[in-house]
Amino acid sequence: MKNRKALLPLAVLAAGVLTLSACGSDSGDAGTGGITVPDIPMATEIGEGEGEVNIVAWAGFVEDGTTNPDADWVTAFEEETGCMVNRKVGATSDEMVQLMRTGEYDVVSASGDASLRLIAGGDVQPLNTDLVPNFGNLVEGLKGQVYDTLNGKSYGVPIGRGANVLMYNTEKVTEAPDSWAPTWEADSEFAGQVMAYDSPIFIADAAVYLMATEPDLGIENPYALDEEQLAAAVELLKKQNEIAGEYWNDALKAVSSISTGTASMGTGWQVIVNLAQGDGGPVEAVLPQEGATGWSDTWMVHAEAKNQNCAYQWIDYASAPDVNASISQNFGMAPANELACEGSEANIAHCETFHATDEEYYENVWMWTTPVEQCIDGRTDVTCTNYQQWTEAWTAVKG
Amino acid sequence: MTDTTQTTTAPGSGASTSHRALSRWFYSRPRARLGALLAFPLLWLGVLYIGSLVLLFITAFWKVDTFTSKVIPSFTLYNFTQILTQPAYQLTALRTIGIALAVTLLCAALALPLGLYMAKIASRRVRMILAIGITLPLWAGYLVKVYSWRLSFTNGGPLDWLLAPLGATGPGYGLGALVITLAYLWFPFMAVPVYSAFRQIPQNLFEASADLGGRGWATVWHIALPLLKPAIIAGSIFTFSLSLGDYIAAQFVGGKTQVIGTVIASNINLNPPLAAAFSTVPLVVVIIYLFLARKSGALNHF
Repeated sequence: MKNRKALLPLAVLAAGVLTLSACGSDSGDAGTGGITVPDIPMATEIGEGEGEVNIVAWAGFVEDGTTNPDADWVTAFEEETGCMVNRKVGATSDEMVQLMRTGEYDVVSASGDASLRLIAGGDVQPLNTDLVPNFGNLVEGLKGQVYDTLNGKSYGVPIGRGANVLMYNTEKVTEAPDSWAPTWEADSEFAGQVMAYDSPIFIADAAVYLMATEPDLGIENPYALDEEQLAAAVELLKKQNEIAGEYWNDALKAVSSISTGTASMGTGWQVIVNLAQGDGGPVEAVLPQEGATGWSDTWMVHAEAKNQNCAYQWIDYASAPDVNASISQNFGMAPANELACEGSEANIAHCETFHATDEEYYENVWMWTTPVEQCIDGRTDVTCTNYQQWTEAWTAVKG
Repeated sequence: MTDTTQTTTAPGSGASTSHRALSRWFYSRPRARLGALLAFPLLWLGVLYIGSLVLLFITAFWKVDTFTSKVIPSFTLYNFTQILTQPAYQLTALRTIGIALAVTLLCAALALPLGLYMAKIASRRVRMILAIGITLPLWAGYLVKVYSWRLSFTNGGPLDWLLAPLGATGPGYGLGALVITLAYLWFPFMAVPVYSAFRQIPQNLFEASADLGGRGWATVWHIALPLLKPAIIAGSIFTFSLSLGDYIAAQFVGGKTQVIGTVIASNINLNPPLAAAFSTVPLVVVIIYLFLARKSGALNHF
C-alpha cells in the first residue's frame, strides 16, 4: 500500500461528512403507535391565486393534452384561474408519501394506503369543505371514510374509487369464475399461471379470502389484523407463492401478462381489463363472491402549501361533474361526483361499468387503508399489526 | 498545473507576476502541488461518492416510525439483526449471489470461444462486424432491452415458437429467464477484456505450442487460459457486481424471483434504514470478491 498517504484526505472528508450528518439530523417527534394527529389549522377563505400549483398525482389524473390530445382539462383550469399546473406523476403510494414530505408539492392524489400516513405525519392539512362547492355532490359512500377523516375533520376530497377485481384470460379460463379460490388454493388448476399484486397491501387480499373461508380466525376488517391473523394471511400467501407465476406492480406489465395468457388469472384493476380489451386481448373480470379489496383516491393539500389558494381552486375544479367525469373515464375508475354520471351517453355507460353509484357493489369492497396498531375494527383488547410489519411479512412471503 | 505552464511560456507579461509567485510557492512544496492537482477528483470521490455511501451506512443504524414511516435518527442494530436472522433475507441474498455467479460463468463461457475466434481466426472484416455485435447491447436503452426479453419469454412468444419444432417450450418467467437476460445485458463487459487479452497473446506462442505437439484445446487450456485469467477476472468483477445490484430485470422477467435489489426497492420508501442495511450485503460481497480477485493477482496492473 504505497498510496496510503493519498487516502488521508479521503478519511478527513469522510469524517467531516459524518459530523455534518450528525448535526443535520432533525430529531422531530418521537415514534408513536396510535393515531395522534398534529394540530394544523384549516383554511378559512380562498384568496387570490398564487399563479401556480404543484401536484403529485397518479398517471392520468392531471392531463394537459401532452400525453393524449383528447385528455386535457388542465389548460381550461389554467386559463380560468391563472394558476399554472406543475404535475409530477407518482408511481406508487409510498413514493407519493415521500414526495409530499419534500414540501415541494401543494396537492396530492392520495390512495387510502397513503392518506393516514400523511395525516398522522402532519404532512397534510384538514380541509374546509365549505370552500369546495362541488363537495356536496360527491356520492355518500365516499364521504367521511376512515382513510381520510379523523376526529371529525376531513383531510381529503374524494376523486374516485375502484375494486381490485379478479381478471382472467378467457382462452385459458373458459368458465367464468365466481370465487378467488383458484388463485389461492394449492390444488388450483391454474397453478403456475396465477398473477398477484406485488405490494405489502396485498396481504389484505389474503385476509378478505380468509374472512370468507376461515371465519374462526375472527377477521372483521382485512386492515385490522392481530399477529395471529397476520400469520394466517402470510401462510395463505406463501401457499399462493407456490402456484403464482408472477407478481406485478406495473399496470402495463399486468396487461401484457393477462393478454398473452402468460397469466391465466389474478388480481387486477378494471383499467387493466379495459386496456387489454382495447388491444383485443381475451380478458374479462369479475368481483368474486368473497368480496375484494379496492382503493379510493382523495385530493389532499400539503400542511404548509405554498400555493394554498390555487390548491383549493384545483380541488374544486377537479371535483366538478365534467372534469371528474374526464378524470375517471381517462383513468378507468368510478367517479366521486354523482353528477359525473349524467349528461351524456358516455358518462352513463362509464358509471355503469364501474358501478359508480352502486353502494351495494362497494359494500363488499374493502378500500385500502393503512394498517395501524390501533385496530380499526374497534377491538381494544389486542394490538393490531402495522404497515411496517406487513412490509416485513411481504418480504418473507416472496422468500 | 496550468499555472506553471503559463508562467514558463509567458514570463514577461505583467499579470503573471502573482502567478509566478504562486508557482514558486508550489514548486517548493511538492505536497501542496499534489493536493491542488487532486483536490477536485478527491472532492468528487470523497464528498459525493464515498460521502453518500457513508450517509447510507449511517442510515442503516436508524429506525422508522412504524406508522408514518418517517426516519428517526437513533441508534439501533435491529435492521442488521433482521437481515442476519430472517430466513427470507438470507435466502434472497444467497439466491442473488448464485444468480450473479451463474451470469458470470455464462458470460465467460460465451466470451472465450468468441474472443478466440475474433482475435485469431476471423478476418478483419468479420472481426469488425463481431465487435459491433458485441457492443450493440450497450447502445440501446436499458428498459428497451429488458422489455424485449420480456416479450421473448412470453407464453407463446418468439422463444416458444423457435423451440416448438423441438417439442420444447421456453423457460417462461423465472430464474432461468433472469440469468439469460442479465448475461445478455452485461456480456460486453466480459467479452471486450477477454477479446483484447486474446489479441495481446503473441501468435508465436500458439505456433510454439503446436510445434511441441499441442492440439487445439490443449493450447487453449495450457497457454491461452493462464494468460487470459486476469482479463476474465476483471470482466467477472463487472458481470458479478452488476448482476448483484440489478432489480429491474428481476421485476420484468424474474416472475416471482426476489433478489437483493427488489427487497431494497420495496423498502426504500417504507423503511429506508432497512433498505440501507440490506444494501450493505452486496457491498460486503463485492469487497470480498475484489479481495479474492486481488489475491489472484488479476488487479496488479491497475
